[in-house]
Amino acid sequence: MTFIAKPKVAHPSLPRNTLGLTRRDYEGALSTLCAGCGHDSITAAIVEASWGLSLEPQNVVKLSGIGCSSKTTAYFVSGGHGFNSVHGRMPSIAMGANAANRALTYIGVSGDGDTLSIGLGQFCHAIRRNIDMLYIIENNGVYGLTKGQFSASADIGTRAKKGETNFQPPIDPVLLAMTLGASFVARSFSGDKQQLVPLIQAGLAHRGFALIDVLSPCVTFNDHEGSTKSYAYTREHYEPAVHADFVPLEREITAAYAEGEVLPVTMHDGSRIVLRKLDAAYDPTNRAAAAAHIQERMKAGEYLTGLLFLDEKAQHEFHQVNSTPAAPLNSIPYETLSPGSKGLEKILARYR
Amino acid sequence: MSPTATRVNDFTIKIATVNGTGSASANTLLMKSIFRSGIPVVGKNYFPSNIQGLPTWYEIRVTREGYAAISGRVDLMVAMNAETYARDVREVAPGGYLVYDSTWPRPALLKRDDITVLGVPLAKLCNESFNGVRTRILMKNICYAGVLAALLDLDLARIRELLAETYAKKPQLVESNMKAIQLGYDYARASFECPLPLKVETMERTAGNVMIDGNTAAALGCVFAGATVAAWYPITPSTSLMDAFKMFADRTRVDKDTGAHNFAFIQAEDELAAVGMVIGAMWNGARAFTATSGPGISLMNEFLGLAYYAEVPTVIFDIQRVGPSTGMPTRTQQGDIVLAAYASHGDTRHVCLYPANPEECFYMAVQAFDLAERLQTPVLVLSDLDIGMNDWMCPDLKWDDNYRPDRGKVLGKEEVRKLKKFYRFLDVDDDGIGYRTFPGVDPKAAYFTRGSGHNQYGAYTEDAAEYQLVLDRLKGKWATARRLVPRAVIDATANSRVGIVSVGSCDGAIREARDLLAARGVTLDYLRVRSFPFSEDVERFLTAHELLFVVEQNRDAQLRSLLTLETTVEKSKLRSLLHYSGLPISSAFIVDGVLAELQPERMAQAKISGVPA
Repeated sequence: MTFIAKPKVAHPSLPRNTLGLTRRDYEGALSTLCAGCGHDSITAAIVEASWGLSLEPQNVVKLSGIGCSSKTTAYFVSGGHGFNSVHGRMPSIAMGANAANRALTYIGVSGDGDTLSIGLGQFCHAIRRNIDMLYIIENNGVYGLTKGQFSASADIGTRAKKGETNFQPPIDPVLLAMTLGASFVARSFSGDKQQLVPLIQAGLAHRGFALIDVLSPCVTFNDHEGSTKSYAYTREHYEPAVHADFVPLEREITAAYAEGEVLPVTMHDGSRIVLRKLDAAYDPTNRAAAAAHIQERMKAGEYLTGLLFLDEKAQHEFHQVNSTPAAPLNSIPYETLSPGSKGLEKILARYR
Repeated sequence: MSPTATRVNDFTIKIATVNGTGSASANTLLMKSIFRSGIPVVGKNYFPSNIQGLPTWYEIRVTREGYAAISGRVDLMVAMNAETYARDVREVAPGGYLVYDSTWPRPALLKRDDITVLGVPLAKLCNESFNGVRTRILMKNICYAGVLAALLDLDLARIRELLAETYAKKPQLVESNMKAIQLGYDYARASFECPLPLKVETMERTAGNVMIDGNTAAALGCVFAGATVAAWYPITPSTSLMDAFKMFADRTRVDKDTGAHNFAFIQAEDELAAVGMVIGAMWNGARAFTATSGPGISLMNEFLGLAYYAEVPTVIFDIQRVGPSTGMPTRTQQGDIVLAAYASHGDTRHVCLYPANPEECFYMAVQAFDLAERLQTPVLVLSDLDIGMNDWMCPDLKWDDNYRPDRGKVLGKEEVRKLKKFYRFLDVDDDGIGYRTFPGVDPKAAYFTRGSGHNQYGAYTEDAAEYQLVLDRLKGKWATARRLVPRAVIDATANSRVGIVSVGSCDGAIREARDLLAARGVTLDYLRVRSFPFSEDVERFLTAHELLFVVEQNRDAQLRSLLTLETTVEKSKLRSLLHYSGLPISSAFIVDGVLAELQPERMAQAKISGVPA
């Protein structure tokens, strides 16, 4: 529950970003999730990423559906508006909000149940519509709040806490998003902050729908032996394929990279992502080949992680397609919007 | 055959055709040429849920009195569809006329000797004059318009003028259409005594009026209200509202210099998403709306509950069609009255507006946005297929250039900064409405919107008292809504103890029925509900009358149910007159219903004041 306010005391020695804000300024209410929950690590990564990017807190819009994951939008960036909507329907709220004001930063947080079962339709269409937002799935393979039922991302053969085995094939959000034409698709692990933070920053800089599927173990209902979404299993089977270093606008690329392995990509706002291939055979810019590779490794029981696909040149972001003005629609003066009495007379002439 | 008395500007034509054969153009042409002759008309389209090949009818009532409903009788039938000949012939009133395509003689038609049958070889005439199968079919339909022009004494110059306007960009079509008109016209003049006793004579009763359908008018209202986000899922009969909005937006909202579209038009994947987008956009400070029909409202229930409880303005147009379930998508009904009023689980109730005609669709569309933002709640505008998709004669829509949207209680940057702390759901003004802020204003203005239990400060709660406080405040807001919604339209000039209570598109038929009844010495007062919650005048009217006919277009007396739930009226005073065939209600239906109820009582000498014995 999110009614527990966190005292906000910033120690003078805490580092400040370019806005003069500390990490504390990007936190939210105290988490009421179980101790050790993967979701809390993701929340921390969002705080770190937002602080690092010096986002104006009031320009951050946090959206979620229903479930453990969806509660977390209350736990970061308390200076931004939050909308905890209904189960599986966050994408439509995000679409409407984004249509009304394209100038804000939209962060959607959802779970595997919220996204892949009840909300699968809205998720797919949000990708097709290419809403400019970061969409994080906190993926743990189970329903937590209703006590441990399998979700649609549960792997074949995985065992529930109560003992039953799942026989239905999982829906993989990464492969699904790639099929649907997503231009930014990533996978990460809540336990790998080094990988996750720059991914979140890159996703926020990307124009269009950016998906990050984050494996986020449920310590209470899915962290036992026989589960394929436990901490132990995930640590053993996740395979970083492409590391993404995010380089903000004002900074130089300083890190040293081995030749042939790096691919700098300039984002639409001028910032850059340096993709570092950890798996030499993997090409994150070739949709079909990347998808095939992910699938192949999945058959071998491995989860490829990192920025798995990026097409920064994609031109079908919602506002681009709809030719909306640069200024947010909610800021256009009424006088511009109304045809006025003269305009009405002209229109009515057709109906005489 | 019985002789027909001359009936100038007071008769009904019905045209039976096959859908997808271009008959709509011919019918519009006929109706508009009568309208332009200064004579009030009513046009009703009875079309199938189909693209091509099924029976369709168009009814044009010429009504010098300016009535808005159908008459319930057919004086002249144009039977162009062999499949429906039998029933079309049956429908003609005694003394009426039947025009049919005599290319293929149908002796069976002549079975009725109380009507005049006028055979015109339409197919033959067109086959001789036009080439191409499709052209011949289309022209055959234009040709009957020429026949009617001769029979009814319509002005050919006016028809040409209308064609020239319609085909301004394709002048060659004006000539070919005119040729077909002339063919029919000449044939009729040569073969029959023209005009018939049913005929039109120029009047001056349509100046300052337009012929417009409710969906177009509602879409115009959305444009003028300043709506910038329109999200929808296609569904008959609401689709034309969205099409019209897009058309007007394309014409009036594209920046001439930059080409930028000052609107977003989003075709959603379903109605759930459509209303979600509206909620998201309104929450974020844009005016947004969706249009749907009953099945869509069913799907939107979940989100309606959220918008009610989380207090997000939402505007929904429900163009009602025949239910339950898929029902008859191209037929009209008022079947969503109860559904819309209490949509969603838990204690929910929604502001509903009930327009009676396209004119009200326009003004109520604007009002819906103002009310939704003022009250921070969903507002549903309950139109129906009859209003939405048929052309109605309406007084010119007027616009006051001083209008500015009522955004309700929204705090801007400066106002927020002056506050010590911002709380979203505090009832500061004691009217049940808190202050809201839009994202992006100030970190201090940030709040959390949720459909889960929350307290008046906007925080999550499972505390009984905190929860109840918010729920009770919402009830207080409902009382505020009652003061703000449009009042009922009341005509108590009959000073009768008997009244009619009705809603929406029944209005035209009721107005005419009251005249017809008055002519028989039965005078009735009339109240037309225009909103839910019911304005206070509704309760007073119900109390003041001893007997009330509740006229509505559904089987289960939904308006009556709502009245008994939400007012103190005694159930026994309310007599339902229910019309739910899917066709628009006629004055005859109401007259018959009222007389059936009142006459026996009168005979039993249970005299009700206001109803002369």
